[in-house]
Amino acid sequence: MNFAFSDDQEMVRDAARRLLSERSTMERVHQIMDDPTAYHDQPLWEQMAENGWIGLAVPEEYGGSGLGYLEACVVAEEVGRALACVPLASSSYLVTEALLLMGSEEQKKRYLPELASGQMIGALAVAEGGRLDPQGIRLKSQKDKLTGTKDPVTDALCADVMLVAARTSEGSDGISLFLVKKADEHVKCQALQVMDQTKPLAKVAFDGAPGELLGPAGAGWALIQQLFDRAAVLLAFEQLGGGDHALQMAVAYAKERYVFGRPLGSFQAIKHRLADMFTKLELARSNCYYGAWALSKNAPELGVAACLARVAAGDAFEFASQENVQIHGGIGFTWQADPHMFVKRARHLEYQLGDRRLWRDRLITKLGYPKAG
Amino acid sequence: MDFEDSPEEAAFRAEARSWLEKNAKPREKSGRGLGLFEEPGDEAKMVQEAKAWQARKADGGWACLTWPTAYGGRGVSPVQSVIWGQEEGKFEVPPNIFAIGIGMAGPTIMSHGTEEQKQKYLKPMARGDEIWCQLFSEPGAGSDLAALRTKAQRDGNDWIINGQKVWTSGAHYSRYGILVTRSDFTVPKHKGLTYFIVDMKSPGIEIRPIKQMTGGANFNEVFFTDVRIPDANRLGEVGQGWQVAITTLMNERMTIGGGGMGAGFGLADLLSYVSSCTAYDGRSAIEDSHVRQRLADLICRLRGLELTGNRLVTALSQGKMPGPEGSIIKLAMGILLQELGAFGMDISCANGSLYGEDAPLKALWQSIYLGSPAIRIAGGADEVQRNIIGERVLGLPTEIRVDKAVPYSEVPTGPRAAA
Ligand SMILES: Cc1cc2nc3c(=O)[nH]c(=O)nc-3n(C[C@H](O)[C@H](O)[C@H](O)COP(=O)(O)OP(=O)(O)OC[C@H]3O[C@@H](n4cnc5c(N)ncnc54)[C@H](O)[C@@H]3O)c2cc1C
Repeated sequence: MNFAFSDDQEMVRDAARRLLSERSTMERVHQIMDDPTAYHDQPLWEQMAENGWIGLAVPEEYGGSGLGYLEACVVAEEVGRALACVPLASSSYLVTEALLLMGSEEQKKRYLPELASGQMIGALAVAEGGRLDPQGIRLKSQKDKLTGTKDPVTDALCADVMLVAARTSEGSDGISLFLVKKADEHVKCQALQVMDQTKPLAKVAFDGAPGELLGPAGAGWALIQQLFDRAAVLLAFEQLGGGDHALQMAVAYAKERYVFGRPLGSFQAIKHRLADMFTKLELARSNCYYGAWALSKNAPELGVAACLARVAAGDAFEFASQENVQIHGGIGFTWQADPHMFVKRARHLEYQLGDRRLWRDRLITKLGYPKAG
Repeated sequence: MDFEDSPEEAAFRAEARSWLEKNAKPREKSGRGLGLFEEPGDEAKMVQEAKAWQARKADGGWACLTWPTAYGGRGVSPVQSVIWGQEEGKFEVPPNIFAIGIGMAGPTIMSHGTEEQKQKYLKPMARGDEIWCQLFSEPGAGSDLAALRTKAQRDGNDWIINGQKVWTSGAHYSRYGILVTRSDFTVPKHKGLTYFIVDMKSPGIEIRPIKQMTGGANFNEVFFTDVRIPDANRLGEVGQGWQVAITTLMNERMTIGGGGMGAGFGLADLLSYVSSCTAYDGRSAIEDSHVRQRLADLICRLRGLELTGNRLVTALSQGKMPGPEGSIIKLAMGILLQELGAFGMDISCANGSLYGEDAPLKALWQSIYLGSPAIRIAGGADEVQRNIIGERVLGLPTEIRVDKAVPYSEVPTGPRAAA
């Protein structure tokens, strides 16, 4: 047993942290947040692509770095820490993963090099009217032409290609996945108002748009579940990184801010809350590491590990982000200060793959006790 | 990152399992409470069985695995010791009543003792021939341990001890105790302490059991009246008792936090119990959405603790100093167990109020529920752990102290201490 990242993986982390702390400063995140036309941080995205961090788990023959999921987890944590405004989850953890899992050889050759190099951005379109259950999928495919509406879709606004869940017949085995070019004239994308302005969401209307089947017809829902398990681990690392940054910010503030003639952090009401934030984050970290291991080995435990990581990291990020606002007092409630950006990112990440309610229930199911009926 | 055994670890596991199969019975699927804080029916019998098991392990080379062989150990890595714990947990074995000796006194003697002391005490400790207790807390000194006032006075080659200790677990069946005393009342509180090993059979020691909220009486008051301790039993220098005590306390957190608490009760047992219960609508409790949510949350935290233990072991194996994991695990575990106990009682519905043999799983949930405050208080209460995490890990400023720079005799005490 060895339950730590290797020295090489830690070097990847150091490099990622260095770059992100220079390029994705809090000031930069504020800029993206305040610019209604900026859907993501394109220069940062390009730099990350150049460093090979977008296609970390993509084999070299398809234009990736050929490293692995442990490296991808390490980078995910740093991306989350920096609140980097990049479509990494949509494009890399979801669409790229889908191609790796179920793409034909020809599809892999056609899509993966562009996705891994960041030149093509992918987005996953499952939810309709916010629903994430199989019955909620009403968008239809007839002879590979898609008609219907998806909303909300994360990163649709900056995407080039969308992976769309469409209904081919009734029942949960009547769902198939299609790749659709966003530039197609039968696709219309409309920005939605969002809480986290660094994570654009859109409503996407398909009006007979041509789709390219990915994976076996009718296996769409099962494939989405598989994808969710994998992405949940990587997103958990983003949540962990975000939570850790919120904690560090609160600790720094508690040392600098003086009240009643002494540092804020010398009062136990604050000190103990910071200790609780740290404790929750450490337990989440352990669950995330287990998820990373299961993902990297494609272990049978992945289903369970993904739930554990997702629930623990979601809890920890939510707690740390909220307490960070509280510990900052009045300044914490301002737009100009940083803490609110963590609260909002925590919420966004929570809903990107379904909230913890879903993942807790799924944990019990994966442990062998599915809910009857 | 790897959860699978290396070939070497797998071989060690197989060896451990085959020894256990020859020497113990596989565990019945009933679960076990919280070891020390559980109430044994017949204590004398339990102590005897525990000693016999420890001796058998020592003779087979399975005691104190990480200790050097010269002191009765096996000199293997912390990972191997964890593997042993995992395998031993699958068998029906007596509770571990040696934790204070092996987990706390042993490491303290190893780092502060003379070679003579190591030779004399460690082997019988490892074999369980001699049980140890911890004589630290006093009526006026718990979290604030350095406030203790049990007096040590030099008399030739001896020391004479007078005072009172309290909450001393297992004092009544212990052969030795680790004892912190005040040898100088005129210097600031942390500077006047001296640490001893005391023979619990010495004249002048009186042990009185204290009944606990669980109904049993595992801890005691211990009174010292002119008890003589030879100077050869001093651990560390005169006046350096605090530094020695810190070693014990650090190991205590690891023992309470890192140890396989509840190792006898697995996830599968928990799930199967829940599915055997009936919800208020007549369906199985495992079908109840609210139950599923609460259960998943508990499992997530349980696994988080277990996995944090794995990270700790990995760090130790790589030769790193143990980090804050001990405090984190202890803090999170006590709170979690209290909630787990309440959960188990809740899903037992009206049987939640039963206790003892009449309660489901022989009162596993009730004993976890009633026992968990012990974990939250003993070995540094939750608030103390939070201070440690806040100050030593996060680097936050320490408390404003009114007792640090003044002589011990001038430190203010409340009406309770005076009594
Ligand atoms: C089951 C059990 C077994 C034990 N076994 C042993 C043993 O074998 N040997 C031994 O020596 N001792 C033993 N103890 C004693 C234990 O170490 C003490 O009870 C513990 O350290 C707390 O001290 P106290 O009881 O004096 O409570 P206090 O120190 O008076 O604490 C009371 C409350 O105040 C809080 N508090 C204290 N100081 C602060 C602070 N600075 N800031 C904020 N909050 C604070 C505490 O967290 C607690 O909630 C045992 C205790 C239990 C419950």
